[in-house]
Amino acid sequence: MLKIRDLSKSFGGVKATDNVSLDFADGSLTAVIGPNGAGKSTFFNLITGALRPDAGQILLNGVDMAGKTPPEIVRHGIGRAFQVASIFPSLTVEETMLAAVCADQRRAGVMHRRFPLAETRDRAEHAMELLGLANKRNRTAATLSHGDQKLLDIALALVLEPKVLLLDEPTAGMGTEERWRMIDKVRELWEKQKITVVFIEHDMDIVFKIAPEIVVLCYGRILATGTPEAIRRNEAVIEAYLGSDDHAGAVA
Amino acid sequence: MTELQAGQGAQPLEVPRIDARPQRYRDVLIALAAFALLALLPFIFGSKQLLDFVIRCAAYGLFATSLNLLVGYTGLISFGHGMFFGLGAYGFGLMMQKTGVAIPVAFVATLAMTFVVAVVIGAICVRLKEIYFAFVTLAFQMLIHSTILSWQSLTGGDQGLRGGIPRPPFLGIDLSNHLHLYITSCALLVIGLFLMRQIAQSPFGYTLRMIRDNATRASFIGIDVWRAKLTIFVLAALFAATGGMIMALFVSGAYPEFAYWTISGEGIFINMLGGVTTFLGPMVGTMLFLILNDTVTRLTEYHGIVLGIVILFFAIGLRKGLMDFAVEWFAQRRGEGRG
Repeated sequence: MLKIRDLSKSFGGVKATDNVSLDFADGSLTAVIGPNGAGKSTFFNLITGALRPDAGQILLNGVDMAGKTPPEIVRHGIGRAFQVASIFPSLTVEETMLAAVCADQRRAGVMHRRFPLAETRDRAEHAMELLGLANKRNRTAATLSHGDQKLLDIALALVLEPKVLLLDEPTAGMGTEERWRMIDKVRELWEKQKITVVFIEHDMDIVFKIAPEIVVLCYGRILATGTPEAIRRNEAVIEAYLGSDDHAGAVA
Repeated sequence: MTELQAGQGAQPLEVPRIDARPQRYRDVLIALAAFALLALLPFIFGSKQLLDFVIRCAAYGLFATSLNLLVGYTGLISFGHGMFFGLGAYGFGLMMQKTGVAIPVAFVATLAMTFVVAVVIGAICVRLKEIYFAFVTLAFQMLIHSTILSWQSLTGGDQGLRGGIPRPPFLGIDLSNHLHLYITSCALLVIGLFLMRQIAQSPFGYTLRMIRDNATRASFIGIDVWRAKLTIFVLAALFAATGGMIMALFVSGAYPEFAYWTISGEGIFINMLGGVTTFLGPMVGTMLFLILNDTVTRLTEYHGIVLGIVILFFAIGLRKGLMDFAVEWFAQRRGEGRG
């Protein structure tokens, strides 16, 4: 269970995250939406330790993550993928997976043996199969297509076997068809892995179709939370976000 | 290997999977073969000049290859790596002159001293971002150089450690004998290279590559980036110090130039000549550099200009080191042969 309590972060005078409290149940799939500058990415950066919160708690199964460093938080079981695929350009897909498992097994500092370690193989293999990257195992990450790089980024988070997976715009920069394939993949992973998934997404069609839970952020505050049905009907959401969007018709 | 595979990336062919164990056996064999070859050299060619050249290659090669662990594998561009070369030479020389301990003891003690200094300097430097790291390492280099210059009573100031370094025989090895010194230097070189190769190909070596490629992402898969950088900084310092000790034994002394920033500059120069994407690039660069240095100095007093032009040729013309170039060329030819 991931519980966020009174989380706040300001940059100068701007409150990027303002007193946010949220619960993410184990095994839930939640979409975070909100207009540009709503503080979605900041919210993720706070949870994963990229930014230090000014105040508040981030409780993963009762342990507070606030103030911990990214490696510590990852080891507690919160993995993330990035809006712009964050990968290791010169490593192959397989090397990337094997090295990540090494890190998770606390063997990143091993010097007396050769890479790759036999005990990292199964997990690396499993992650590549899950993300459909197994037949590209020997390609260097830099030579992969944009979509595959995004998948590799997600694979990097997933191979660590996190309890909570945060995906910052998994469909960013993709064409319509590719978007749907990616989001089907995300849903499939969520169903298969039975982990808590939180993702940021701009495309309302996608969000309303696949996310059982939706959180709407606006100016760093929670505007609304609930099921797609509830969010569609929420007056505040329509006014602040959906109303100004092309989706106004669909909402009404 | 990765470069080769990237070239033919389009085909999602089932290429044999990376396997760790045969690699190590192969490297052991290569190391043994290289040592045997080097050890036979004096019996084939009697030339003292050639053996001197190999000894200098050992000293500079260990230094340059260790610098590549920082530059090529971790992406840490150190402009002060030469300080550990100087520390090795001075530490060893002083220990032999002042205390008269056995050579292996002085060797280990010098490594221990280098370790302590490298931990302190590394702890300060590796937190810094690229250009700041480069300049602060350079600053430490200058600090050590000026300390050597001004601490005349201990180091002999700008005269260096004179009067020769005593080299009492140990375990039947007499380092004042040129052949013994040669074989010992070769052994240190081969062992040093083998250990560095082991580090580069270990899980830790891949941790370093991840940090070079994308340190932020590395921290988000649970890697303590600072600790990994400090570890490799200290290890590289130990190998550089070993190079310095070989140099001190070779010239039977230590001079302030060994700790001057130009040594660090030469290290970078060597890496650019040989290339940083292959493990042996810096070794090839070392040989190239020493040959260039020797021939050019003999021909003209303006050798700085010539070396400058050479490095411009590599940097702007080839845009890579000699070994990088060779590896790509072979990969291309192989590709053509297959297609």
